[in-house]
Amino acid sequence: MTRHSGTSGTTDVSGDPGRAEVRRGFDEIYILWISEGMSCDGDTVSLTAADQPSIEDVILGLIPGLPKVNLINKVLSPTLGGEEFLAPYRAAARGDLGAPFILVIEGSVPNQNVIEGDGYWTSFGNDPETGQPETLNAWIDKLAPKAWAVVAAGTCATFGGIHAMAGNPTGCMGLADYLGWDFTAQSGLPVVNVPGCPIQPENFMETLIWVLRHAAGTAPPPPLDHMLRPQWLFGKTVHEGCDRGSYYEQGSFATDYNSPKCLVKTGCWGPVVNCNVPKRGWMAGIGGCPNVGGICIGCTMPAFPDAFMPFMDEPPGSTLSTLAIKPYGAVIRRLRGLTNHMVNHETKWRHKGRKLTTGYDPYWRA
Amino acid sequence: MTTTEAGRTGRKPPQLVDMSWDPITRIIGNLGIYTKIDFANQEVVECHSTSSLFRGYSVFMRGKDPRDAGFITSRICGICGDNHTTCSDYAQQMAYGVKPPRLAEHIVNLGEAAEYMFDHTIFQDNLVFVDFCEAMVKATNPSVLARAERTDAPRGDIHGYRTIADIMKAFNPFEGEVYKEALKVSRVTREMFCLMEGRHVHPSTLYPGGVGTMPTPAVFTDYLSRLMRVIDFVKKAVAMNDDVFDFFYEALPGYEEVGRRRILLGCWGAWQDPAVCDYRYETMNEWGKAMYVTPGIVVDGKLVTNDLVDINLGIRIMLGSSFYEDWVNEQPFVTRDPLGNPVDMRHPWNQTTIPMPQKRDFNDKYTWVMSPRWYDKRTGDHLALDTGGGPLARLWSTALSGLVDTPYIKATGNSVRISLPAGETLPETTLEWSIPKWSNTLERDRARPYFVAYAAAMALQFVEEAMGLVQAGETKVFEDFEVPDEAIGCGFHEAVRGVLSHHLVIKDKKIANYHPYPPTPWNASPRDKFGTPGPYEDAVQGQPIFEENGPDDFKGVDIMRTVRSFDPCLPCGVHMYVGKGKTLTTLHSPTYGANHG
Repeated sequence: MTRHSGTSGTTDVSGDPGRAEVRRGFDEIYILWISEGMSCDGDTVSLTAADQPSIEDVILGLIPGLPKVNLINKVLSPTLGGEEFLAPYRAAARGDLGAPFILVIEGSVPNQNVIEGDGYWTSFGNDPETGQPETLNAWIDKLAPKAWAVVAAGTCATFGGIHAMAGNPTGCMGLADYLGWDFTAQSGLPVVNVPGCPIQPENFMETLIWVLRHAAGTAPPPPLDHMLRPQWLFGKTVHEGCDRGSYYEQGSFATDYNSPKCLVKTGCWGPVVNCNVPKRGWMAGIGGCPNVGGICIGCTMPAFPDAFMPFMDEPPGSTLSTLAIKPYGAVIRRLRGLTNHMVNHETKWRHKGRKLTTGYDPYWRA
Repeated sequence: MTTTEAGRTGRKPPQLVDMSWDPITRIIGNLGIYTKIDFANQEVVECHSTSSLFRGYSVFMRGKDPRDAGFITSRICGICGDNHTTCSDYAQQMAYGVKPPRLAEHIVNLGEAAEYMFDHTIFQDNLVFVDFCEAMVKATNPSVLARAERTDAPRGDIHGYRTIADIMKAFNPFEGEVYKEALKVSRVTREMFCLMEGRHVHPSTLYPGGVGTMPTPAVFTDYLSRLMRVIDFVKKAVAMNDDVFDFFYEALPGYEEVGRRRILLGCWGAWQDPAVCDYRYETMNEWGKAMYVTPGIVVDGKLVTNDLVDINLGIRIMLGSSFYEDWVNEQPFVTRDPLGNPVDMRHPWNQTTIPMPQKRDFNDKYTWVMSPRWYDKRTGDHLALDTGGGPLARLWSTALSGLVDTPYIKATGNSVRISLPAGETLPETTLEWSIPKWSNTLERDRARPYFVAYAAAMALQFVEEAMGLVQAGETKVFEDFEVPDEAIGCGFHEAVRGVLSHHLVIKDKKIANYHPYPPTPWNASPRDKFGTPGPYEDAVQGQPIFEENGPDDFKGVDIMRTVRSFDPCLPCGVHMYVGKGKTLTTLHSPTYGANHG
């Protein structure tokens, strides 16, 4: 599969057919979620915050057009744990789960090869043969080739994230770095990357629903960009959806965090970061980042965190752009000030006098 | 370590079986528990807890800009990341010598109150209570379920359920009424959180020196209206939990021994009083005592200290069973604290983390968790303190100290009184949490809904104070600062599941050393170099088994209740060791709802 990244930075790679034959949809599907990447489980927790729809709606079959969904996730599992919980994963690895599955990986994928001798950075259950912890890497190697689709939840799994910063001892990376950026699952879909630290709840849910509808045969594959992100979610910048962007245009910048103005001089990377959070808010339209006073630290980006540190300093590139906007912004502010002054006065025919001065004329004709 | 009377007398020849649960479900992070169970005497005789994740925060933070620490350390935990950011900002504020404006403190306090309400609700009702729900009790103690069906719920007038079994049914996963309502409440409380801290779980608007949250009247109105919408749910939750736990004591005599351990509780305090707190180390004892949850160390039911300086200096990070090399031969970073007290080489300020991945061997090194201990200078003991899952230690320490006295909360010396206003259906209510007889599984769990009520009551006070400031025009939320060339700092806070401290050393304006100590290393620690087991291990070891299933279809629900009562949050795990030697058989829990055995 060849990919070209156009000037827009978004190239559709998911339109490539994965199978020659026309695929019928599935009636039932498993979601095998593994948060034993090097994670904090924050993406699973974020998933429980989604309300449109909520995870219980999906599991209870309240969303039309989806297959029956069996979610297997450690945090939400009703089992007591251990082998009882691992049974579907082991069955999937043997190839006798009885239904297709979507593999969701949460957390960075460590580099086991940097360990000399025995040991592991992160594991998921035990190897039944040796009784030693079974590495995440071994699970990915077993499950990814058999998965109908593979989804990376959160920036750790998509690009490596916080744990992959300079000086880290584990040599960790994102899932596509590990599987290869040209990996395709049984469906023909590449790794579906939903970055965010953590995932914005509805962003993830929307992507998952799209993939599930695709599995049911009720939707085409989701459109992804060259970094395998959903185009409709990550095609715009933070700045393009931020209600503080208008301050930028007028050359009005906050110099500390007490101000409601644009935060670019206090560390916000919004103008160059692909993310829809200021537009969408965090939950039910509430919260977010620069729109509510939190600098954008680029947490959805492949270069996160190193390219954005130190977070609280002005991004080097914005020094020039904010300088350029200043004279324009000053003129615009002045002109708008004059107009604003004008429209702050009522028209003169609103009075208590005896004479009507509105220009009323019932016989008026053009 | 406790043994029941029944266990001591008339012991039968042991019938030992190795059982392991790895990974443990319905917690945050990877944890495995490995036990030896004596089915002849219905007792757990050995337990190892192991965690299988290493990421290396204290390694990769060295050399970075210290102002980044709050943003980075949030990523340690995916359910209470904001507790880390807050604690990091406390430590940085000490290092930079900056005191945030009063309104900023209220905004942080409101955010943290919402976090406690959210996190305890989702954990108790959607994760812990699955172990007490009708489906689970039917599978593990059918006779107890039969009795629950015949037992009227004493507090039915508050929560609306007729029998104990009706309450249990309401907690069945994904189907029960309360289970589903709790998920919704956990979203409303997270919206409250987002109003104050921008995003959940990694906040966007917290900075050292204050917050970026815009203190508009709407922010506080939106918060308060949501708080009032969930206030009756909080009252009902306390009543339902009390009914179920009282019933367990009654239906299963001796259940107090499940998860019981010596009373060794630590609490590092929560919610600063902005009128007192200036973040200086020299005055830490005063402002620590002014926190709205009082810090304290409780040993055998007595308060040993509530001075944060004592608490700080007593922290020792031990090795023994962990995959690390020791740092004793490294150069110390801090030899004396700002008051001139000597600082131990095993204190987090002087720690260097040197990971050594290796084979897991339960007779030697078996986990990525270290063993934090508190050095009791009265006795020379290194105490394996636990947090009681958070709420138990917080309420106990606050009750004993008797210092908290606010419009809605009063600490009496042996209890905590919490007053909540009238809600949609229930009148104004005063709840009283009294110091229990035991530090055990049921009391850890019982304390949790009471602390949700405590957090709701504190939130009411903070929102009133914050609105008062905004209406008076005092709207500053951030104080600027300079990062010094050299400084040290420490922050003390309560993460949702208990004690949290961050220890920071700055050299050349960069992080020279940074060690966060969250609650889970305290609770999930392995045997230290003295052989002292960590709290999970200690609480499970020696506990009686009440489950009616024999070894063939054993589920281990009593053990899981104990482990979950601590609210494990290990981006790391507890593993139970499947050992070799005396084992007769090795078993795993049978599949429950999964046909892929």
